[in-house]
Amino acid sequence: MTYPKEKILFFYRQMLRIRLCEEAFVDPILKGEIRTPCHLYSGQEAVAVGVCAALDERDYVFGNHRSHGHYLAKGGDMKAMAAEIFCRKAGCARGRGGSMHLIAPEAGMLGAAPIVAGTVSLALGAALAAAIRKDGRVAVSFFGDGAVGEGVVYECLNFAALKRLPLIFACENNLYATHMPIRECRVERDIWEIGVPFGIPGEKIDGNDVMAVHAAALRAVERCRSGGGPYFLEFLTYRLRGHVGPDDNIQGTHTDIRPPEEIVAWRGRDPIDRLADYIVAGGIATPAALKEIREEVRQEVAAALEFAAQSPPPPQEEVNLYVFA
Amino acid sequence: MSSPRVMTYSLAINEALHQAMEADPTVFLIGQGVKSPWYVGNTAQGLLDRFGPARVIDTPVSENAVTGAAVGAAVAGMRPIVVHPRMDFMFYAFDPIVNEAANWHYMSGGCSSVPVVFWGIINRGGEQAAQHSQALHGMFAHVPGLKVVMPATPYDAKGLMLAAIRDPNPVVFVDDRWLYGQEGPVPEEPYEVEIGRGRLVRGGKDVTLVASSRMVHEAERAALLLEGEGIGAEVIDLRTIKPLDIDLILSSLDKTGRLVVVDGGWRTCGLAAEVAALAAERGFGSLKAPVVRVTLPDCPAPASAALEKVYYRTAADICRAARKLVTGS
Repeated sequence: MTYPKEKILFFYRQMLRIRLCEEAFVDPILKGEIRTPCHLYSGQEAVAVGVCAALDERDYVFGNHRSHGHYLAKGGDMKAMAAEIFCRKAGCARGRGGSMHLIAPEAGMLGAAPIVAGTVSLALGAALAAAIRKDGRVAVSFFGDGAVGEGVVYECLNFAALKRLPLIFACENNLYATHMPIRECRVERDIWEIGVPFGIPGEKIDGNDVMAVHAAALRAVERCRSGGGPYFLEFLTYRLRGHVGPDDNIQGTHTDIRPPEEIVAWRGRDPIDRLADYIVAGGIATPAALKEIREEVRQEVAAALEFAAQSPPPPQEEVNLYVFA
Repeated sequence: MSSPRVMTYSLAINEALHQAMEADPTVFLIGQGVKSPWYVGNTAQGLLDRFGPARVIDTPVSENAVTGAAVGAAVAGMRPIVVHPRMDFMFYAFDPIVNEAANWHYMSGGCSSVPVVFWGIINRGGEQAAQHSQALHGMFAHVPGLKVVMPATPYDAKGLMLAAIRDPNPVVFVDDRWLYGQEGPVPEEPYEVEIGRGRLVRGGKDVTLVASSRMVHEAERAALLLEGEGIGAEVIDLRTIKPLDIDLILSSLDKTGRLVVVDGGWRTCGLAAEVAALAAERGFGSLKAPVVRVTLPDCPAPASAALEKVYYRTAADICRAARKLVTGS
């Protein structure tokens, strides 16, 4: 399956926007200018971009601790995100949320939270709201392989199936729950199969192939919109950075225990490189044109970081603001 | 003039739900047993027939997911009421209530809010033991971002339910099965009781009895008994326990100089401790005697009726405490 040239180049630009943002945070993190825990999304961009491109602006997304990519892919403002990651007043959460609570309601990015399965039920509720209103919206819950160790996921699978809610369970399986390899967390079965006992169909997708991700997301969205009920997508992917921060440097100790050869192998499957190769090989755009996109994105990211770094912190006298609406 | 309409506490809640759902299509009721009197008494009667299964949603036993779904629906523009017919089961739902709903407005920098009602019913007594009897309001009141209301009368049950539904914040509505048969005047039209505002139940010059929910009625009984002994007890019904009506408490304390705090919850770090601390911090100059708490002991609820009899506090306990404060014996 192929897509119009504009769509493919949009994928490329969106994935680059996420990647270059994430990589631009590395230096300020290492220098201590960014202190909020950043769970960088580098390596997983195809998932957020491929899924969100299948949604309308009015559709809903909830994310988790690793949601910079979900926020940008759903249409959140980059400057507001960068400012939030610097915990500044101009941030999307006014410096109250930090990296793990990105939110852009106007774009349908309803929120993110680091209790790893904590927003799965919130996405369930957004889908329930859509079903009660019969407004045709679809909700997506992004969560990781670690989250399927939490029981609420199974309650949500059952309830979504029971009420045939327009909910897409989008599991990003990056093979590690913080430091724990997936083999030490669960028996070796595909994660998407956890939907099967509840009657929820699903599939495993190469999460580093944005074209495959997008095709699967379109299938899931179509099923949800037509009243078919929930769908489970398991995206096999890999984070190129640490669980938190650039290299899991916890108080001077590098705790990334992943085998170096595994990391190298996954670098060879970088979703952005793969899409670039596909674009050039298919004559969709020239290397020069891609370079131009990269330069535009670089400038956008630089401007966002500049804006964030120069924004003032929230005023201390407003520490109690926003406890109640 | 005709006398005001009288109805029971549970039917006052029922009327609030009917009126809220009638007035606002975003209001819906979800939870275990909403179509069964076994769970929610007659508080939900007629709702399913009138509003249909899309807005009156009986659920499987999945407290965490169902409560989270109510929170998510609120974030997505609805005004859900999620009922927990036995409050003890709400521990499974603490994550969506505390981690998500309570923090949501703050951690989103005010760009998103969660207008949800978490309705929990206390089911004490009847030899139901430790996991069917707990009153958890103090735990919820501890959490920033949650409001907690505890109506004692049918009038307040209706008015606080309507106020909770219309509030833009998460509100924990705590009632008590022992109150469901209480009768009192309830106006037919929709009205709100302001959240955060207590009620002076009766005046008195010697001692202030601060109570909430079912214990208001024990405090009233105690005040009557004390009156017979020549002790004037002022009774305050908190109605809302978060935020507390501090001014009402302090102005009464200013008048009587003595304070008995009565609570149907546990002692340590509980509601009574909070009111006592307020009196110490802000009413110290008024105090003629130490503050006394009448609460449940720091002990799980027993099953045996014989033990229940000494476990739950009554008007007699309140009288004893007040008498000692006023007369020294």
